[in-house]
Amino acid sequence: MYDFAYHKPTNLADAAKLIGAKKDGRLLAGGQTLLPTMKQRLAQPSDLVDLAGVAELRGIKAEGGGVTVGAMTTHYAAHTSPELRKAIKALAKLAGGIGDPAVRNRGTLGGSIANADPAADYPAALVGLGATVNTNQRKIAADDFFKGLFETALKPGEIVLSVSFPAPKRAAYRKFANPASRYAIVGVFVAETANGVRVAVTGAGPKVFRATALEQALAKKFAPESLAGASVPAAGLNSDLHASAEYRAHLIGVMAKRAVAAALK
Amino acid sequence: MTITVNLTVNGQKVTRQVEARTLLVQLLREHLDLTGTHVGCDTSQCGACVVQVDGVSAKACTLLAAQCEGANVLTIEGLAKDGKLHPMQEAFREHHGLQCGFCTPGMVMSALDIVRRHPSPDEATIRKELEGNLCRCTGYHNIVKAVAAGAKAMRG
Repeated sequence: MYDFAYHKPTNLADAAKLIGAKKDGRLLAGGQTLLPTMKQRLAQPSDLVDLAGVAELRGIKAEGGGVTVGAMTTHYAAHTSPELRKAIKALAKLAGGIGDPAVRNRGTLGGSIANADPAADYPAALVGLGATVNTNQRKIAADDFFKGLFETALKPGEIVLSVSFPAPKRAAYRKFANPASRYAIVGVFVAETANGVRVAVTGAGPKVFRATALEQALAKKFAPESLAGASVPAAGLNSDLHASAEYRAHLIGVMAKRAVAAALK
Repeated sequence: MTITVNLTVNGQKVTRQVEARTLLVQLLREHLDLTGTHVGCDTSQCGACVVQVDGVSAKACTLLAAQCEGANVLTIEGLAKDGKLHPMQEAFREHHGLQCGFCTPGMVMSALDIVRRHPSPDEATIRKELEGNLCRCTGYHNIVKAVAAGAKAMRG
């Protein structure tokens, strides 16, 4: 790892000022991806602005038929939060399946979505639930947040404060996990929401995406059998040593069916 | 950039000047000579470096020493008291929960985190919760037995 200057602001204003002033600065949340990336010298920030001391980024609040989760909420805290479990059980369960226990003790919601790994779990929940990302500058709909491989709508220096998730009628997430990393080879988040059925797929493409064919099939009837004839084309999906594009396309259907069945339980 | 970190390690207050890029595991091993915490994969997968930071498990290879300012860190060296092994260590000894022993410190520290969350873990829970710790000797069977026995001993 190359050396850098380390900063630990204690409030949001100072954090924004620091990251705004450093051309090659990076925000440090839980560090579970950023630090390994720096160790491999794939990233060489001049400055790290540690957000662990910023109180504004903490807390889980249930409000108005949904729940707002602070960006620095660890996966473990999200998994075990009674408020979150009560409001959106599928989301709390998803958080408990990220990485391994020690990683969940450090990794955060804000860090995960800002990194936008194409196989991360949280992006599927954000898109699947139609969540809103609250930053220190604006609100961004989840559908507009994830732009591409490790690419988001965040501008340089923009800080994710929290994510607001509307509570669905029912929802569930199922993933076919890589047995070593627990990243999703394919993960599917299905939700029956006030604005219709949403199906979000992670792990299969360069970024999280909505499977509109599956959404349409489920809109008629929210049941596993509705997905019998529906499929997602393999073209454009990831093909690597873990799974071919065709296999991933197949897994999307399988995971979607399992998720729908789980949501109905 | 050189920074000063103040933290408590195994009950002792320590202060060290380190480079900002120093990992917690480097601080422990190279600055404090606490070499019980191992570096296996160095990519946060194997769990040989697991310690407790403020009471919860963390992979010390994926954590900056700077992030531990003011923290309370517990390593494998801090478990035995007055020459007597911690019940979890004793369970690993009794059940031969090790072969080469390299993964053992991380296994024991992760086992304590399992017991924190699941005071009476069944076998399936132990196996699932150990997913972040790899034993390349594949000695899992006895490790799982040891964790169950250690948890039982800790319940008293």
